[in-house]
Amino acid sequence: MNNFVRVGSGAGMADDRIAPAQAIAERGGLDYLVMECLAERTIARETLDRSKDPSRGYTPSLRQRIRAVLPACRANGTRIVTNMGAANPRSAAAVIAEEAQALGLATPFSAVVLGDDVAELVRGEGGLATLEDGLPLEEILPRMASANAYLGADAVRDALGTGAEIVVTGRVADPSLFLGPMLHHFGWSYDDLDRLAAGTVAGHLLECSGQLTGGCFADPGRKEVEDLAGLGYPFADVSMDGRVTLSKTPQSGGRIDRATCTEQLLYEIHDPSRYITPDCVLDITGVDFVQRGKDRVEVVGAAARARTDSYKVVVGYFDGYIGIGEMGFAGINAVARARLGAEVVKERLSRLGFVYPEMRVDLIGMSSLHGDAASRPEPYEVRLRIAARSNDRTAAAAVGAEVRGLHMQGPAGAGGGYSLGVQEVLAVKSVLLPRNRVTHRVETIGHAH
Amino acid sequence: MLTDQAPARKRVYDLAHARAGDKGNTSNISVIAYDEAAWELLSERLTEKRVARAFHHIAGGPVRRYALPKLRAFNFVIENALGGGVTRSLAQDPHGKSLSTLMLTIDLADEDRAD
Repeated sequence: MNNFVRVGSGAGMADDRIAPAQAIAERGGLDYLVMECLAERTIARETLDRSKDPSRGYTPSLRQRIRAVLPACRANGTRIVTNMGAANPRSAAAVIAEEAQALGLATPFSAVVLGDDVAELVRGEGGLATLEDGLPLEEILPRMASANAYLGADAVRDALGTGAEIVVTGRVADPSLFLGPMLHHFGWSYDDLDRLAAGTVAGHLLECSGQLTGGCFADPGRKEVEDLAGLGYPFADVSMDGRVTLSKTPQSGGRIDRATCTEQLLYEIHDPSRYITPDCVLDITGVDFVQRGKDRVEVVGAAARARTDSYKVVVGYFDGYIGIGEMGFAGINAVARARLGAEVVKERLSRLGFVYPEMRVDLIGMSSLHGDAASRPEPYEVRLRIAARSNDRTAAAAVGAEVRGLHMQGPAGAGGGYSLGVQEVLAVKSVLLPRNRVTHRVETIGHAH
Repeated sequence: MLTDQAPARKRVYDLAHARAGDKGNTSNISVIAYDEAAWELLSERLTEKRVARAFHHIAGGPVRRYALPKLRAFNFVIENALGGGVTRSLAQDPHGKSLSTLMLTIDLADEDRAD
């Protein structure tokens, strides 16, 4: 066994850029390529997809991503771990086999991780309260679209233990996708809290791909990022004893240093002394970054306590519709005309008999991102945006239609308007399930070479 | 209100960099000081109360501040900040990714100690 393992990131969201994934697969010298593609609610959409067509329900970009990375991974002996199985890991593995065939490659030996889908279990389980508001889950059960437990790194470890070249999962906690290969490669145990901490902090830093290497960072004149256009994805070199050094694809753009690492360390963290994953309770209050060379940073000081006795479950549910429309205004008195346009739309919707539990009027260019504040100067151009929620699809659709109607029946000089139509809202809430109620399973597809 | 001529002008932007993340209806914003002097000034003046005031028109709060001295960083956790949560918000930026830049606009120069 090697004393080091190199685990790299190939995606941090379902729509993440694919070219850097191909680059790291080709030039990163990876042992494992991890592609993380599930946001909180995306698995709910995939579950709906599966209910319409049982062969679907995996991440829509699966084929494209696999085509981009599989030839290089095969040539370099890099094993792939991905949660692109979403609501249908079995079908995803079948699709990967099809793509391999289309590329003229031997059929891969894949392992799928099952057991995260706990929708039936949650339906039958009384007394669950949502973590967000403490309300009984029963309130949203009739509208539930999906319920998935965040499985841990042990599920990925077990899948790799089959010898599979590719591991396809549904919901697994993001850092756990990266910790799994380390558990498999080094045989770390769940009692080994220092190693779990090191591997989990590495996974947390890698899980958002380019956000570690200069994405989400550049501010011209203040914080520069060299060749942001050619941003490279990151990897971690992890040693048997838990040393973690971060770097990125050779000859790629971006930067990886103390500043980028610190921003990403705190990304989506609440209490830094207790970041709960299925594998441990991570404490990053003692973390420090040591520059070991250009674009090479060692992570030190992570600590952990033992994992909790429950799994977090994200429940996706239908929550009505949102209608959105936008219209542009410019020149003298633009803001006043935009505000008049908003009043007119609201009045017309009211006269049509529509009532909205929530409506939001924004002036893009003035108050749409940071809210309304006194003393903000009036811009030369402004864009009116109206969004409203309704349980009635027709009422939601009317919002964009009335905004677009301002073209001919609104204030002077209303231009460039459009309706964003209607979006069906899939919202999420979370509950905890006792650890012993959730069991992961591994199935293999294809044969070992 | 402070003018641009004031020599003591200290926006968070001049002292630190920041990134915003989301979970449900909660925004977390890191504030990372560029140096020790900036860290000390931020420690004293960029209080929970000061941040809550800067975000009061978009976030219900509460606001909690966690310190990471080794990294000269703070993590601000601002509840009820994302229009009911990323998945159901009506906002243009439901994740609140742009809220880090609101944090950086906070001007500490003319503030009395906030609490």
